[in-house]
Amino acid sequence: MKFLLRRLGFTLITAWAAISINFFLPRLMPGDPVQLMVARLQQQGAVSPNAMQAMQVAFGLDDHTSLIVQYFQYWGQLFRGDLGRSITFYPSSVSEVIGQALPWTLVLVGVSTVISFLLGTVLGAFIGWRRGSWAETILPLSTFLSSVPYFWMGLIVISLFGAKLGWFPLSGGFDQGIDPSWSSDFVSNALYHAVLPAITIVLSSVASWILGMRNMMVTVMDEDYVLVAQAKGLSRLRVLSAYAARNAVLPSIAGFALSISFVVSGSLLVEIVFSYPGIGYSLYQAVNNEDFPLMQGIFLIITFAVLLANLVADVAYVLLDPRTRQDA
Amino acid sequence: MTISAGSIPVTTRPRAGDPVLEVRGLSASYGLGPDAVRAVVDVDLTLRRGEILGIAGESGSGKSTLAYAITRLLRPPGVITAGEVVFRPADRPGGGMDLLSAGPAELRAIRWSEIAVVFQSAMHALNPVLTVERQLLDVLAAHRRSMSRQARQARVREMVEMVGISPSRLKSYPHELSGGMRQRVMIAMGLILEPQIVLMDEPTTALDVVTQRQILQQILELRERLGFSVVFITHDLSLLIEIADTIAIMYAGRLVERAPSAFLFHAPRHPYTRGLLASFPSLHGDREKLVGIPGSPVDLRHVPSGCAFRTRCPHEMPRCATDRPPLALPVGDPPSADREVACWLHDGRQPPPPSLARPAPAARPEYATAGTSTIRDTRAEQERS
Repeated sequence: MKFLLRRLGFTLITAWAAISINFFLPRLMPGDPVQLMVARLQQQGAVSPNAMQAMQVAFGLDDHTSLIVQYFQYWGQLFRGDLGRSITFYPSSVSEVIGQALPWTLVLVGVSTVISFLLGTVLGAFIGWRRGSWAETILPLSTFLSSVPYFWMGLIVISLFGAKLGWFPLSGGFDQGIDPSWSSDFVSNALYHAVLPAITIVLSSVASWILGMRNMMVTVMDEDYVLVAQAKGLSRLRVLSAYAARNAVLPSIAGFALSISFVVSGSLLVEIVFSYPGIGYSLYQAVNNEDFPLMQGIFLIITFAVLLANLVADVAYVLLDPRTRQDA
Repeated sequence: MTISAGSIPVTTRPRAGDPVLEVRGLSASYGLGPDAVRAVVDVDLTLRRGEILGIAGESGSGKSTLAYAITRLLRPPGVITAGEVVFRPADRPGGGMDLLSAGPAELRAIRWSEIAVVFQSAMHALNPVLTVERQLLDVLAAHRRSMSRQARQARVREMVEMVGISPSRLKSYPHELSGGMRQRVMIAMGLILEPQIVLMDEPTTALDVVTQRQILQQILELRERLGFSVVFITHDLSLLIEIADTIAIMYAGRLVERAPSAFLFHAPRHPYTRGLLASFPSLHGDREKLVGIPGSPVDLRHVPSGCAFRTRCPHEMPRCATDRPPLALPVGDPPSADREVACWLHDGRQPPPPSLARPAPAARPEYATAGTSTIRDTRAEQERS
């Protein structure tokens, strides 16, 4: 319990530091978003001083309050969930943009990461258990898959299943003709669109879980307690699950928590390749349009996700490995 | 052969002294083909009911491999290449079962309930992520399906109390226990099903001498109460002499001498046994210079022809290089001595050197009789005789 409180405190301090950096960094950079916006608009024609003034007011750049005051205002806005206005999707607020994109990413990348982890860990445990059997032929295949980058895998999957065979749509999160709602039509359409990106994520990430788990299994299988479990006459399943895999999975759990935090940053490349309406794609658009408020908001969300995932990983690890409770 | 190794009350084990485990021609290797390391070669052993059979030898002599081969726990690349291990259950007189040809289910049923193993280094023999209680309950869950939850928990508590651990420690994880406590937990685990045979592979090696002695004492007491037989494997011959009834010495994967422990101690017949005995100090008597055995253990991939020990033997004869000596009764000893040695010095063609021809103690000593559960100090015995 003391351990958990300490971890929680540490997480809060880290969150404070991250948010502060997130606040100060853009303000230390030369120029401001309105100038960038104006520069862009000027390519299409002259911008009147009034319009510029209006934009400065809209983005809160008109009053020249001190940095410290801004800092506290920023915190106040943060607690109200106000992250400013997006430039790309003007006049939508950043919270709205993120709120729309986040569920897509969470469902697509979250579900496929969990599937990938479970599949890879179970397969890895099995291969490690049956060392030297035919099951090991999966290893070179998975090593090959793990060396293929996400976007390349995505392109191949699109060209094969999307373009050539025409089984799945090429891009997007749902068909334009359907209104987003909780109707069965929409949900099934969204799932249909999610199949290819999900396959891409699972295929390119499952291998590392297989390899990690398999290697740990091989190490753990040599431990005396596995031999003891066998000598005790326990059933094969019991030896595999409670003794061998139970110990071998510990490093994978830590890795899983970290990979969960990348879920929010989205498999950026996958979302770009598939033009999937998630956080990664939003970030891509924000970068292209120099949309600082949106980028800032997304970075903030990613920071929170990483911190939360780390906290969850610590808690999970403590629950699973009694040895880490020692200093609690 | 009937021997009087009767430490077990007649009521619990009616046929004390009968064979409970017979190992015949057992061979085990690591790897296959010409490069295989032949770690155990053609070993014959008999374990009798209630007996402590000690197996001693240097590192790499094959003693642990022998234990794993007997229980079929050898891990790849280890393979059993020949032989049989016949287990004779107490409730099936006459009939035995060959463990090496038993099916997986049959083997699982026998493991632990009849043949338990207490492993070397209790540090690593317990699962670090399960509580001690869970690991003890595991055994009961696998072998005593009809037992109720409460009965299982009561049995677990009873066992840990028996080995001197407070039941309050049951909720502990292995890393929260000291080395001695872990070894006690292992022993409690080994005895929880009241097996007929307990194999102990260096059970006290990682412990300090005080704890070592306490645990040995406990093993002896428990054996008296429960009447199991023990195969005790160690490199520490001095320890075996104190606790074992019979001692078998291994060298380069083969048995080179087997004898009742007092005979082996007072009157060794094999030069290797003699060398082992000369390498630890006596507590009493004159100060002697300790002599080790010259050379180093043989490389099991290149075992010398004939007698494997000849390259380190002070009594090597031409014959030793060509013929391998069989395990047989030394010519100078009566059959009642129940001992064997694999050495050409004792085939009767030449008088053996005096150090290997000492007379055995006059009467066959009585081993570990009920009531005397203390560890005998054989060195003191030697002084008195």
